[in-house]
Amino acid sequence: MAYDKFSILKSSAVPMPIENVDTDQIIPARFLKATERKGFGDNLFRDWRYNSDGTPKEHFVLNNPIYSGKILVGGKNFGSGSSREHAAWAVYDYGFRCVVSSFFADIFRNNCLNIGVLPVQVSPEFLDKIFKAIEADPNTELEVNLPEQTITILATGEKESFDINDYKKGNMLNGFDDIDYLLNIKEGIQTFAENTPL
Amino acid sequence: MSKTLFDKVWDSHVVQHIDNGPDVLFIDRHLVHEVTSPVAFLGLKNRGIKVLYPERTFATADHNTPTINQHLPVQDPLSANQLKALEENATAYDIPYWGLGHKKNGIVHVIGPENGITVPGATIVCGDSHTSTHGAFGAIAFGIGTSEVEMVLSTQCIMQPKPKKMRININGSLNKAVTPKDVALFIISKLTTSGATGYFVEYAGDVFKNMSMEGRMTVCNLSIEMGARGGMVAPDEKTFEYIKGREYTPKGADWDKAMEFWKTLYSDSDAVFDKELTFPASEIEPMITYGTNPGMGMGIKNDIPLAEAVEGGVATYKKSLEYMAFNEGDAMIGKPIDFVFLGSCTNGRIEDFRAFASIVKGRKKADNVTAWLVPGSHQVEAAIKEEGILDILQDAGFELREPGCSACLAMNDDKVPAGKYAVSTSNRNFEGRQGPGARTLLASPLVAAAAAVTGKVTDPRELMEEVYA
Repeated sequence: MAYDKFSILKSSAVPMPIENVDTDQIIPARFLKATERKGFGDNLFRDWRYNSDGTPKEHFVLNNPIYSGKILVGGKNFGSGSSREHAAWAVYDYGFRCVVSSFFADIFRNNCLNIGVLPVQVSPEFLDKIFKAIEADPNTELEVNLPEQTITILATGEKESFDINDYKKGNMLNGFDDIDYLLNIKEGIQTFAENTPL
Repeated sequence: MSKTLFDKVWDSHVVQHIDNGPDVLFIDRHLVHEVTSPVAFLGLKNRGIKVLYPERTFATADHNTPTINQHLPVQDPLSANQLKALEENATAYDIPYWGLGHKKNGIVHVIGPENGITVPGATIVCGDSHTSTHGAFGAIAFGIGTSEVEMVLSTQCIMQPKPKKMRININGSLNKAVTPKDVALFIISKLTTSGATGYFVEYAGDVFKNMSMEGRMTVCNLSIEMGARGGMVAPDEKTFEYIKGREYTPKGADWDKAMEFWKTLYSDSDAVFDKELTFPASEIEPMITYGTNPGMGMGIKNDIPLAEAVEGGVATYKKSLEYMAFNEGDAMIGKPIDFVFLGSCTNGRIEDFRAFASIVKGRKKADNVTAWLVPGSHQVEAAIKEEGILDILQDAGFELREPGCSACLAMNDDKVPAGKYAVSTSNRNFEGRQGPGARTLLASPLVAAAAAVTGKVTDPRELMEEVYA
């Protein structure tokens, strides 16, 4: 399924300076019972966000009205644990289009790329600068420029480049997905399969 | 050019290489379960395409299933609906389906090897991060997201950049009561939960060579907990012996042909790894975790480290201990516990039940402990009964439940209540993993058994004298 195109995103950001945020926190397993991809944003960070009686936990960042935006900034090793793509869906469905961290878990990063959420890996120093900038001004904006592969703290002009392979970059810019690509080379795959016994 | 085990398997499955992009990797066998597949099947439907190779695809229900009264209709309507969706999709696309009640039903990573779906040199994926388990047979096996499940259903391929390669060597003999689980928790405690991210790991050395196939499965299973996509052990006679004659392994001339390939599956002596680590077996003690990720583990007799002695952020570390209601410097030995969970794709096999039974034999379950003993499959369940293990468990006051993922991820009713402590043989101690507010201590089946009969964290060696005397 093709997804939204991603080019340049200018937005304030939501800070979550916690390390090793695992996908069980992003979306607990008991919310994985759906058979369609909708409504996952309601349960994003469910147990950090709500008390067991469903009332919001006021100290959690998503419940703090001074923070908003389409960019989520997390601590090191963001998205570790389970392969559940539901975690990426929840991030997207809540309204985030980009996640910034100094380090991403592998499967979560792939899942994000496959649904059109851009994972931006920055240096620990730059991550720290972002957290400080948001702390100084919660409305501070970041600019994520995919064509140029840069992320900028607009208030200070501090900028860093990030990596993404050319293939995935093209997909993100154009809103293509891998299945479109694979279906195009299906004959080659079938020939390969004939020579690969079960 | 010399190659690693990983290179040999990966390179033989590359359909196409994209410059500055991923490889198109052919997948030999695809395991499907109810939780991560429905949206992928919906994608096929929306595109109007079929499953390309149903004969390379296998479906089971495990994550979201009850572990009691499986013969009755599933009570939770959402779970029942998800199970029904899998059954309908498997039927519609002609995929072998082993649902609740089927004699081959069980946890996806337990039934794969049991039925010979898992073979050396194969590429195996599943929408589950613990797919790394199958690497024990010298396969490349890793977990994928639902978009990728859809890719494999529709084209039998996945697009992945080739990971870097790491080898972990452990030589020497393991200490008493040190199991494969302890070896894995030890490695993760050294590497942290992100220490192997971006790598595929090969486990090498005496310890893995001497380890049983089930032990290798436990170790490879936990590869993801240090961030690695997967782990592998080079196949050997033990591997071939294990798989021979199982339903989906090659037979006759096909077996001979496969063996020719499988015998080439080892890292060449001059093969180069991007990273290589070596630990002495003698350093490893029975392990237990005290925090909220699997890297927060230590020898069971140690004290919880002080924040300043730990790598990483102090705030994150303190948050973790606060969740567990533990203090820096606490001893783990003697801490009271409430629940024991024996099971999961990590430790839900027959050897795990044998180990657990060896400790509880002739003893009684502690009154303050609720124990969930969940076999990984019906085949494991049958072996527990045949070997007389069930009698030992029942004499000690334990009950056996029906197969499934159960309290490992607590999607079903097997939830540890908030604030309670569970010694679990599963793979994750994340906040709320075993139920909202639940506190998990990961450990081996021996440590779990010692906790189950004493009601507190106990060094299993203290209960093993007569066994080893």
